[in-house]
Amino acid sequence: MFEIAVIGAGPGGLSAAARCAELDVEHVLLESSPKIANTIQKYQKGKHVMAEPGILPLRSPIEFDAGKREAILGNWETGIKTVGVNIQYGAEVKAISGSQGNFVISLMNGEEVLARHIILGIGLQGNPRQMGVPGEQSEVVQYTLDDPGEYKDESIAIIGAGDAAIENAIALAANNKVYIVNRKDEFARAKEGNLNLIMAAIDAGTIECYYDSSPAGVEALDGGDFPANLLLKTATGDAVVPLHRIIARLGAIPPRKLVESFGIEFPSEDQNAIPALTSQYESNVTGMYVIGALGGYPLIKQAMNQGYEVVEYILGHDVKPADNDLLAAKLNGLPYELEVDGVLALMQERIPVFADVNALQFRELMLDSNVSMPAKGDVIFKQHDYTNTFFTILEGTVEIEVNPTLRITANAGSFFGEMSLMSGRRRSASVYAGPRCIVIETPRRSMIKLISSVAAVKRVLDETFIVRTIQQKFAPDTPIEELQPIAARAKMHQFQPKEVIFKEGDEADTLHFIRNGSVTVSIEIDGRDVVMSYVPANTPIGEMALLGNTTRSATVKAAVKTETISLDKESFSLLLERSAGLKERLQAMVKDRHEQNVALQSNSESSDLMSFLMGQGLGEATDVLLIDENICVGCDLCESACAATHDGTSRLNRKAGPTFAHIHVPTSCRHCEDPSCMKDCPPDAIQRGGLGGEVFIGDNCIGCGNCERNCPYGVIQMAYKTEAPSNYWSWMLFGLGQKPGRGKAAVVGESSFKQAVKCDMCKDQSGGPSCVRACPTGAAMRLSPEDFVDLVNVVR
Amino acid sequence: MHISFLNHANGRYFWVAIALVGASIVAYLLQEPHQTPNGGTWLGYTLGTMGALLILWLIYLGRRKRNFAAGWGTVRGWVSAHVYLGTSLLVVATLHTGFQFGINVHTLAYVLMCVVIVSGLYGVWAYRTYPEARNELKRSQTLDDIFLQLEDIDGQLKRDVSALAADIRGVVSSAIDRTEIGGGMYAQLAGVDSSKVMIDGNVYPNTDQVRVVAWLVQRLSLAEGSETGKLSAVVRSYGARQKLLQVIRSDIRFQALQEAWLYLHVPLSIALLAALLTHIVSVFIYW
Ligand SMILES: Cc1cc2nc3c(=O)[nH]c(=O)nc-3n(C[C@H](O)[C@H](O)[C@H](O)COP(=O)(O)OP(=O)(O)OC[C@H]3O[C@@H](n4cnc5c(N)ncnc54)[C@H](O)[C@@H]3O)c2cc1C
Ligand code: HEM
Ligand code: HEM
Ligand code: SF4
Ligand code: SF4
Repeated sequence: MFEIAVIGAGPGGLSAAARCAELDVEHVLLESSPKIANTIQKYQKGKHVMAEPGILPLRSPIEFDAGKREAILGNWETGIKTVGVNIQYGAEVKAISGSQGNFVISLMNGEEVLARHIILGIGLQGNPRQMGVPGEQSEVVQYTLDDPGEYKDESIAIIGAGDAAIENAIALAANNKVYIVNRKDEFARAKEGNLNLIMAAIDAGTIECYYDSSPAGVEALDGGDFPANLLLKTATGDAVVPLHRIIARLGAIPPRKLVESFGIEFPSEDQNAIPALTSQYESNVTGMYVIGALGGYPLIKQAMNQGYEVVEYILGHDVKPADNDLLAAKLNGLPYELEVDGVLALMQERIPVFADVNALQFRELMLDSNVSMPAKGDVIFKQHDYTNTFFTILEGTVEIEVNPTLRITANAGSFFGEMSLMSGRRRSASVYAGPRCIVIETPRRSMIKLISSVAAVKRVLDETFIVRTIQQKFAPDTPIEELQPIAARAKMHQFQPKEVIFKEGDEADTLHFIRNGSVTVSIEIDGRDVVMSYVPANTPIGEMALLGNTTRSATVKAAVKTETISLDKESFSLLLERSAGLKERLQAMVKDRHEQNVALQSNSESSDLMSFLMGQGLGEATDVLLIDENICVGCDLCESACAATHDGTSRLNRKAGPTFAHIHVPTSCRHCEDPSCMKDCPPDAIQRGGLGGEVFIGDNCIGCGNCERNCPYGVIQMAYKTEAPSNYWSWMLFGLGQKPGRGKAAVVGESSFKQAVKCDMCKDQSGGPSCVRACPTGAAMRLSPEDFVDLVNVVR
Repeated sequence: MHISFLNHANGRYFWVAIALVGASIVAYLLQEPHQTPNGGTWLGYTLGTMGALLILWLIYLGRRKRNFAAGWGTVRGWVSAHVYLGTSLLVVATLHTGFQFGINVHTLAYVLMCVVIVSGLYGVWAYRTYPEARNELKRSQTLDDIFLQLEDIDGQLKRDVSALAADIRGVVSSAIDRTEIGGGMYAQLAGVDSSKVMIDGNVYPNTDQVRVVAWLVQRLSLAEGSETGKLSAVVRSYGARQKLLQVIRSDIRFQALQEAWLYLHVPLSIALLAALLTHIVSVFIYW
């Protein structure tokens, strides 16, 4: 019986086991792969590993500092040997039973391990999905491919049809005979670039594809040219393929199911939900602790610190977390005579939205947040700013200026800024500090994480959002209390892209307010849906028919994933009664829309163009680069300009991307309202900022590639920095150096590595986006979707 | 149409150019009557200096358009000013000369300037004409897309003829192998097609693939049995190939016509600069 069993030898697990060894605690470290730290082993060769967050001190018996992957892994291996960690390789845990003091851990290989406490540090990468056929244990079967250059003149089968399978197949086909086995009759899951590559390779015969086929077994062969046969079930019968090697790329099984089978609960179905933990990392299963990426801490240093701390906690030692000093510095200057924990508790007590958040999560939230004490009258943010942080009031009051005639006072314990947080759009009001106020500013990512794991937070935010929206948009002079009953009847709706919100001809019984996402308005002409306009978030829709008490005059569809709040007819009439002037304002808006509609309706080409733009996902864009092909001379100055102003790599690909009529959508970031790239960035390096609202990647990017995968539009590249461009005059007059804007892909400095790069809207250039400024003819333009209506009307 | 360099800032530089031209003409007409108009008068110096400064600034566009970090203005704005003010030089410089032309370096500078300006005017026309024509020609696809389609058809044709008689195989694959695309400057501008095809051991010109198509159609009339169906499929594919090649060739030609003028415009600008310096230096020595 071990005192502590550590599962997973990632940075968290290694550090925990090393601390056990240092303290002479009886322990075992169980690792499924044959080496330590599988996740880090899988980084690209020679990757520069960063030690983010830089300000956080390291607390672990084993070393870690920024450096090459190989050096770090080497350090860890010697580190655990020196302190005497008891590690078992090839020990994949498949089940855990029992309880604190008496856990039984069952391994894949049939063995059982007994322990009093368990530390789970299995990360989020999951284990590769196996083929699940007889003979798959054979030596010819592998689940990863580190270096395609290692194999020459072999016959190799790749099982799978995703991006990893295709990339491996293409790379191996250079020197080997490659087969690819696809369960379906097409490569539906692949990115477009990979799809083109694999189709070209199959057409050219350099890769042979078995469509509609799945593996049925692997048969070892004695002697002969090939070590094994792959047995396949194909649509036309069975097939036997003699091979040297089989590489199965069937994706990874996310660890959540496994973890749940241990008894650990997740607070919601949301994919990003994190198990609820105490401030000592203990899960709902007493005696079972969760650290590292699995517990919601996606960086190496955090995982290592937790490994150390969790062992101390299990042994009953009272240590302060490594981040204590950071928090203390943050809270320094607040008028409280309390320790860090005391201040945090006080905050949770005073601010109801945070009341239900567990202590560990709140601590993490505060690490990301800023506390400030603005002087009375200071601007906290301005209307139309493009920031989207969330504010809570710890003490004092703030003044929210919705419009020059309406100022609302918000008191201690309440929050503001949630509108932009939710819609991803500009601030809808200005906020000024009141007397003696203390506010906490929390970044969007931390709040989104919180909303997805604590249901209570989501509920409070939703309810407040509804009532404030009604007040701001419809009844600015009516006190919140009077609006409460109306708000209580309002409903929230979610729509998938292209889903119909209401149809032309329907009876008009509700008004929708678009909370996030955007919609298109279309009418039917000669049996065709003709798109007339685009309506962004933070706008009401459907009020036209409701005012006139008639049927819907147009169909409204979600352009992207969209959330709306609906008010029924009765509530709407009530609002009209209570709010003087609302009717007139809405009528004016309706008139504007009618005029717009007439303009578009008369031209079906414009409408097709609008549909095309929406089809490209531009409905969720806030600022997009388009090229008018009728005046683009193909000089590529836009790309050169981008490269020249951004470390030598152009963040836009002019030629790539679709064209409709003469409007071309190059591959370039469109600064989405709710950017998918931001969702899973370990160091939170992707931010939204500035007056332009650009989404940009900071220098603290660790190069993990998550965002590259998450961006639905393929606009993020992983790139090295390049040398500074050479001098123009020496190039012009003497042909020396490279052409301006064509940076040599030379690696700068020792510690350089691939980082994520994408358009940052030239936020550091004085004159604005350099692509547009460099275009000699005016073909390149940057637009926000609100301008599309003008574009499609002007461009004919 | 959306805002291009011609209607940049509502044609601001067009009006500036008009004002410059108007002022120059008025000054020229009001010149003291007893003075022969000439570069040596007070007005002559003024117009000459203005012209020379304009030329320096016009040449500086080459630098500005590659100075990507520059914060001032947009290249679109610069090009807009370049074309309008550049054209106004035609009047400003002519008035400066007082119409005194001869066989000398002064007139050489003037002539060079005129050629540069005329090539620039052609450039504006080309920039307004060819991109649109090319986009329509390619139906909003890129040239790379079309080359990929050509590659597909070539592969398809080679596979299709592999099952057919040796003479067909020979002619089709030689026609594919001997298809010429692009070529030198002249070939591109004139759209010269020097594709060849080998039939019965002789090499024939195969401009626009006409020769192979004619041969294939002729051969189809002689085909028998199962060959007929397969060969007529080949003829159809070859027709598609011919169309793609036409698109590619026109696009390359249009692109050449769209860009060729710059090979005159830029080197002659530099020559103009040299001649202008000589002119200025020489008038001071002469004086
Ligand atoms: C490409 C890339 C680059 C990155 N770069 C950086 C960087 O520069 N700096 C940085 O700080 N962070 C970086 N990260 C993030 C970092 O890798 C993770 O935060 C860190 O590895 C998390 O550590 P962990 O101990 O929680 O889990 P992991 O490192 O994922 O370790 C989990 C271990 O558990 C094992 N395991 C899994 N399931 C079982 C099971 N059932 N039984 C037994 N063992 C099991 C695995 O084999 C693995 O060894 C990067 C991530 C990626 C993907
Ligand atoms: C700083 C600028 C300039 C100065 C000081 C200048 C000066 C002069 C002078 C003094 C003359 C009179 C010479 C004479 O009477 O023989 C002259 C004539 C002339 N200049 Fe200029 N000039 C300038 C710019 C230009 C430019 C930009 C052009 C056109 C490209 C130009 C083209 C001519 C021509 C064609 C003549 C007539 C030559 C002749 O009389 O035979 N000059 N210039
Ligand atoms: C004496 C007069 C002129 C000089 C010295 C001059 C010089 C130049 C130079 C140096 C360039 C830069 C080319 C490059 O680096 O790619 C250029 C570009 C250009 N010029 Fe002129 N020019 C003159 C007049 C004109 C006129 C009158 C016009 C049109 C009416 C014109 C139209 C253009 C255009 C369209 C470009 C291309 C811009 C681009 O593609 O970036 N030029 N010129
Ligand atoms: S990188 Fe992709 S997901 Fe992120 S904002 Fe740009 S287009 Fe949207
Ligand atoms: S690669 Fe993307 S997700 Fe990963 S750290 Fe860099 S910016 Fe964040």
